[in-house]
Amino acid sequence: MATLELSIDEQVALSPVKRSRPLGPLFWAAAAWTIFIVAAAALAGFLPLPSPSEMDMLERRSSFSTLHWLGTDGLGRDELARLIYGAQVSLTVGLCAPVIGISIGGALGMLAGYFRGRFETVVVGSMDVLLAFPPLVLALAVTAYLGQSLLNLTCILGVLGIPAFMRVARAATLTLARREFVIAAQALGATHARILLRELLPNVFLPLLAFFLLGVAVTIVAEGALSFLGLGVPPPISSWGSMIGEGRESLEVAPRLAFIPAIAMFLTVLSFNLIGDTLRAITDPRQGAL
Amino acid sequence: MLGFVARRLFHLVPVLIAVSLLTFLIASLLPGDLAYVILGDQATPEKVEALRHDMGLDQPIWWRYISWLGHVLEGDFGRSFRTGQTVLQAVVERLPVSFELMLLAEIVGLAIGVPVAIACAVRSGSAFDRLMTGSAFGMLSMPAFLSAILLIYLFAVELRWLPATGYVPFAEDPVANLRFFVLPALTLALTEWPGIMRVLRSDMIATLQEDYIALAKAKGLKPSRILFVHALKPSSLTLITITGINIGRLIGGALIVETIFALPGIGRLLLSAIYTRDLIILQGVVLFVAGGFVLMNFVVDLLYAVLDPRIRHGHA
Repeated sequence: MATLELSIDEQVALSPVKRSRPLGPLFWAAAAWTIFIVAAAALAGFLPLPSPSEMDMLERRSSFSTLHWLGTDGLGRDELARLIYGAQVSLTVGLCAPVIGISIGGALGMLAGYFRGRFETVVVGSMDVLLAFPPLVLALAVTAYLGQSLLNLTCILGVLGIPAFMRVARAATLTLARREFVIAAQALGATHARILLRELLPNVFLPLLAFFLLGVAVTIVAEGALSFLGLGVPPPISSWGSMIGEGRESLEVAPRLAFIPAIAMFLTVLSFNLIGDTLRAITDPRQGAL
Repeated sequence: MLGFVARRLFHLVPVLIAVSLLTFLIASLLPGDLAYVILGDQATPEKVEALRHDMGLDQPIWWRYISWLGHVLEGDFGRSFRTGQTVLQAVVERLPVSFELMLLAEIVGLAIGVPVAIACAVRSGSAFDRLMTGSAFGMLSMPAFLSAILLIYLFAVELRWLPATGYVPFAEDPVANLRFFVLPALTLALTEWPGIMRVLRSDMIATLQEDYIALAKAKGLKPSRILFVHALKPSSLTLITITGINIGRLIGGALIVETIFALPGIGRLLLSAIYTRDLIILQGVVLFVAGGFVLMNFVVDLLYAVLDPRIRHGHA
């Protein structure tokens, strides 16, 4: 028996080494793009950019030039400046909304998975109600009543993410709570709070983080869709979605006005998906050494 | 089977009640009194008060919910104060358009996803497999409104093969009707096929290693028959699951696609209600869509149980 256990231990110790294959150029390209776009959005105020809302009626839909690197839009506003300030909006909503989801959903999921019983029934039941609405329909309806602002948009998309994070956290907690180290901690007389924070949280955190990155991608798309429909942040603030929506009007004359923000959004969403998917593959318990 | 249906139905009722309550609360608790919206800026306080009384807005909220729910159960979802049309009329008029769009999108999505998945599973690890798996992953990052713009630019602006916007009822002119649906359905299908393909591919790779496939090969059956009949059959469950999971996204996608391509469906109804602040239509449509969504999921659950006896008996 003893030798058998020993050999299993060795495998467990070896397997992470075997799995740490190089992450590949695609992963690093995605990471580089993400860092680039986040830096550009964060430093937008310090960059030597023209104002994103200043109109120049003589320079409408002008092509690429040294003055306007990516040309100007239908109202003569600098496309590059709008793109970078638009990244600010898309990324603020894209990163903040999943934070709401991961903190509330993660906490609810862990508590439900750990304590089980009636609390779990209530949590899962109320999430079922939230899931009973097609997400975009609920987001649209609530935005229509609450009014359009960056804060409202973030909160709505954040709340819509709670059920998914709850499910991930609960599923991970359910399996982990039966593992030896938790039982050992219980036997040593650890409090519930200590077990949840010191034993379970570090283990639930990685799958949640991988899911968080996928959540960022989904949220950027959702924000884009709302802005595209004219129900995102109010004008004149630009967002990738609203730029694509405005560019659609001039698809015949200047298709680049729709395609430039579209490419930026696609690359960003793809990058977050790639990074999230890589992280998920690494942290997936099915492939890990359990 | 009857027991299973009864249990699911028992679960369905509280969800539907909660959905109706949430829909009602969103519309009632948030700022902006309906009476002000209807009367506009010129309203005198007396007029507003009179209208509030007529509409029952001065009643306690729980009473308003009960009476609203009562009307809904009788099929009275309210009436638009802008067009005078009832919610039910407006929805019934537009339902066929949305339904046709989603059905065509699902068919096209399956028509792309299933053969690609099979081809990839047969030669898993090949260059073709890697290419298609990669494109499927890329397409997952492509929201419907991006594909829509790309397709409009290619097929309507550059090539001028298909109309970008418009609609003709199917009964009037089936060919024209389908022509208008090509681009919208293709847009939605482009967001649908990657999910179908990814799940079916991994399912199929596992199935192709089963003994009964080897037996079918040994019996000398045609490869196409083995792939499309023998190997696809156990994956029917997977296909239904993935369709069920995607319904919510499909509804959201249909909403955007209808707006872009100017199809007079439920999505356009919802959006124009939002733009014109037609709150009664908005409330009715949200309730209708959410209710329909819950029922569709219920049907998927039942289909699932019909196909897999283990679920009926609670073993899975």
